[in-house]
Amino acid sequence: MFSKILVANRGEIAVRIMRTAREMGIATVAVYSDVDADSPHVIASDEAVFLGEADPSACYLNVEKIVAAAKHTGAEAIHPGYGFLAENPVFAKAVSDEGLVFIGPPAEVMEDLGNKTVARRIMAEGKVPIIPGMISCEADVDRLCSAADEIGYPVVVKAAAGGGGKGMRIVEARKDMAEAVELARSEALTAFGDPTIYLEKCLDRPRHVEFQILADTRGNVIHVFERECSIQRRHQKIIEETPSPALDEDLRERMGAAAVAAARAAGYVNAGTVEFLLDGSGKFYFLEVNTRLQVEHPITEMITGLDLVRSQIEIAAGQPLRFSRQDLTRRGHAIECRIYAEDPEADFMPSPGKILFMRSPEGPGVRFDHGIQTGYHVPVNYDPILGKLVVWAEDRPAAIERMIRSLRECVILGVKTPIEFLIEVLSSEEFKSGNTHTCFIRDNCAAWKPDRGEDALAAMGFVAHEMAAPSFGTSTDESSTKSGPSSPWQTLGAWDLAR
Amino acid sequence: MEVIESQIDTAGDEYRANYERMQELVEDLKAQLKKARQERSEKAVKRNQELGKLTVQERLDRLLDRNTPWLEIAPLAAKGMYDGKVHGAGTRAGIGVVKGREVLVHANDPMIKGGTVYPMGVKKTLRCQTISMENNLPMLMLVDSGGAYLPLQSEIFPDSDDGGRIFYNQAIMSKMNIPQITAVLGLCTAGGAYIPAMSDHVVHVTGTGAIFLGGPPLVRAATGEEVTAEDLGGAMVHCRESGVSDYFAEDDAHAMQLVRDITALLPTVEKSRVPTRAAKPPLYDPKEIWGVVPKAISTPYDVREILARIADGSEFLEFKALYGPTLVCGWTYVHGHQIGILGNNGVLFSDSSLKATQFISLCDRQGIPLVFLQNINGYIIGREYERGGITKDGHKMVHAVSTATVPKFTVIIGASFGAGNYGMCGRGYSPRFLWMWPNAQIGVMGGEQAADVLVSVKNDQLARAGQPPLPSEMVDNIRKPIIQSAFNEGNAYYSTANLWDDGILDPASTRDVLGLAVSASLNASLEDRNQGHGTFRM
Repeated sequence: MFSKILVANRGEIAVRIMRTAREMGIATVAVYSDVDADSPHVIASDEAVFLGEADPSACYLNVEKIVAAAKHTGAEAIHPGYGFLAENPVFAKAVSDEGLVFIGPPAEVMEDLGNKTVARRIMAEGKVPIIPGMISCEADVDRLCSAADEIGYPVVVKAAAGGGGKGMRIVEARKDMAEAVELARSEALTAFGDPTIYLEKCLDRPRHVEFQILADTRGNVIHVFERECSIQRRHQKIIEETPSPALDEDLRERMGAAAVAAARAAGYVNAGTVEFLLDGSGKFYFLEVNTRLQVEHPITEMITGLDLVRSQIEIAAGQPLRFSRQDLTRRGHAIECRIYAEDPEADFMPSPGKILFMRSPEGPGVRFDHGIQTGYHVPVNYDPILGKLVVWAEDRPAAIERMIRSLRECVILGVKTPIEFLIEVLSSEEFKSGNTHTCFIRDNCAAWKPDRGEDALAAMGFVAHEMAAPSFGTSTDESSTKSGPSSPWQTLGAWDLAR
Repeated sequence: MEVIESQIDTAGDEYRANYERMQELVEDLKAQLKKARQERSEKAVKRNQELGKLTVQERLDRLLDRNTPWLEIAPLAAKGMYDGKVHGAGTRAGIGVVKGREVLVHANDPMIKGGTVYPMGVKKTLRCQTISMENNLPMLMLVDSGGAYLPLQSEIFPDSDDGGRIFYNQAIMSKMNIPQITAVLGLCTAGGAYIPAMSDHVVHVTGTGAIFLGGPPLVRAATGEEVTAEDLGGAMVHCRESGVSDYFAEDDAHAMQLVRDITALLPTVEKSRVPTRAAKPPLYDPKEIWGVVPKAISTPYDVREILARIADGSEFLEFKALYGPTLVCGWTYVHGHQIGILGNNGVLFSDSSLKATQFISLCDRQGIPLVFLQNINGYIIGREYERGGITKDGHKMVHAVSTATVPKFTVIIGASFGAGNYGMCGRGYSPRFLWMWPNAQIGVMGGEQAADVLVSVKNDQLARAGQPPLPSEMVDNIRKPIIQSAFNEGNAYYSTANLWDDGILDPASTRDVLGLAVSASLNASLEDRNQGHGTFRM
């Protein structure tokens, strides 16, 4: 087992990985940029290496600097977290070239699966159902149009190197193709450095259901149940749950088997996620493989009791899986809400700034993985995720109520957050009935505005009044000898006429 | 208690204009205060450093408890007098906290004219002693003075309220059991030598502190003897041989520590109990007073708007709200202390005078401190009112104010003209403290009225001599200088320079000042007051 690992990430996920490392007796190295010098992930580490300026290319995306930091500190392995370099095969290769261990799949697997058209081809060959569409890239609008005619509108323009909803455009009709392609290509170029795109059929209100995969170096591949991540905004998940309300045991078996087959087809090693779209008739299609730890991995941990990061590290260290598929049981229901610094009233645009006050939700079945603190400045430079609130309860209704309760306990002031919005979604009859799909927010919450009733206004007025009240100076020990009633001589502090 | 609901439109043009004007006055005030504290000649600064002495501010910083209020008294006394550089009449004085104990501190500033005492300096020292006596505050004196400023000795020495009175008061204060602690941080010459001598505790700094009845120059002149100040009256002489001083201090800082230690040993004083409750801030920002006070002193406004920005929680229980409405009376709390407050909403009539008399009498019987907010042009005049007995009703109010023995506090927030000044507890009526706002004016009457009176008197004289009244250009020639001098001698700075008040306040700080002053006043017992009054003319 490693004695020291470097975590090439920041924020809540870096903190989360370091926690497991600490439990395993592994020392941790953090890396940071100048805006993150006092971030919780730096504080959580055993040692920290400064990378450079805030711009991601100078720090968390800088392969050379990160590998050098690992060499310098004597770290034996690098955990990439999610985002940044997590799915970058060049990085994975650079790490192994330096004789270090990359905690994730091999670079070539990553490269294959990272290209969506290649991945689709592999899956098709492995008899995994794929979404009708192209299995190669195309830049010519006319040819794209004729492909779309074949697939049938609406279609989705997707970046081959894509992920996280970037470089994705839905095209309803032929006339919109040129513009969508243009936008998707430029977005893909900015986000992934690769403008290539392809087309897929756009399914009507599908669910997003994904399977957690664990594969060791000995050829053992298992799935650790599903996660449903249908509630999305801007093509990004914000509420995830497991088990999916749409799966029965039979479907779960079939999809799980497909996921394992997909992993085997790709020669997958370490933790990964096979994503499917599931339509209303119970048909499912391969979407993509995420070759990393998912943001929403904690809900799987909650229902199985596993520590997926521990599994990742053990697999990377060459150890076999410590359990088989049959050993795994799941219990209860888990939900995760992502809490970003973003404005749900303004199309979820990022809302960076200083966190003036925060209070974590607590209590039974609550897990809050976050990387913030009161006084923390949410930088503009990175993904504005603040934390992930995860709850577990015995069944779905109880988990929903627990999540609502926890969200109400969660206070983050100073930046905008979707907390109120999340409560609204969770409280809706549609969500409670399990009728979730990837267009849920568009269909049900498009015109959402926070309820600014008079009660809330009155409460805010009261708080503002209390906060605006003149603050009394602190009395020193020397002046605290009181005789008689409280006196401004003891409460006014360093008061002076001339001030 | 009811909450005062402000009618002020803080978004309006009038408010903004008022605010900007008061802001200007307050900024000027702060600049003047800063100048008085800091403007010292380079020579004096250098000399002080060479002697290894601390500045007055440094002495105060070491003496007073950290992070506690400092209520300075008459910081602009003597402003504009002499050569304009005798800031604060050459001294710094105020109420502060030492070892948790409220004390009155009086410090000579050796960097102003070598700490020599000017006539206004004597007046300020006497005022401090009065405050100390009335409020039972220990008096800490930081002495560093070259003695009387000889060119003005005739204004300093002979009269009843001149230099000698200081030592008389020290003896009386000692008899009243008010602790007096003196730190000798420089010269205490001649009369000045009695300041330590008449104190209970004397701390003496070696090397710089000296006490003698005649200094080396006088000794040389009188006897031809050559002697140094240290040899004549230094710490070693007085702590070891003469017994004039009690505590030997190595330097200023050590002396301040010793004064603190001595203060800590003083018997504790149980403050007089007045009705109290937990303090809370007003609902309206006190700073809004800036926008409430009209630019012209003659423009009437509702004094309740001021109360709303002074009183705890802006709460006010009004007494006789519907009777005598030109005077607002009622109860409130300031910094948790109950007070009875009187504020003018116009000239005083018979009914408002009677209301005031009853209210003052009530507060006095109940032991509730009185606060007067003066904005008064006087009592109503005219045939009807004279026949209605305004003079005897005004008398009742003046009588009640005079004989009330509860602590009284006066803030002149606007006009203070004529007998209104008396009825509303002007300086002559022994309020424990009296302050002015920078916009305030004081005088027998307003400049315009005085000018009118003089013109009309002149015309009467001319009429009696059978001559025509004054032509209009002559009228202007008479009026202008009268109005000008009324302003020059009636503005807040003229008043404070002459120690007619204890200082000029930023109106926004009125609440804090009142809280501090009421609290400090309670160091004196309310129990053994000589309550009652004389005969009221009915």
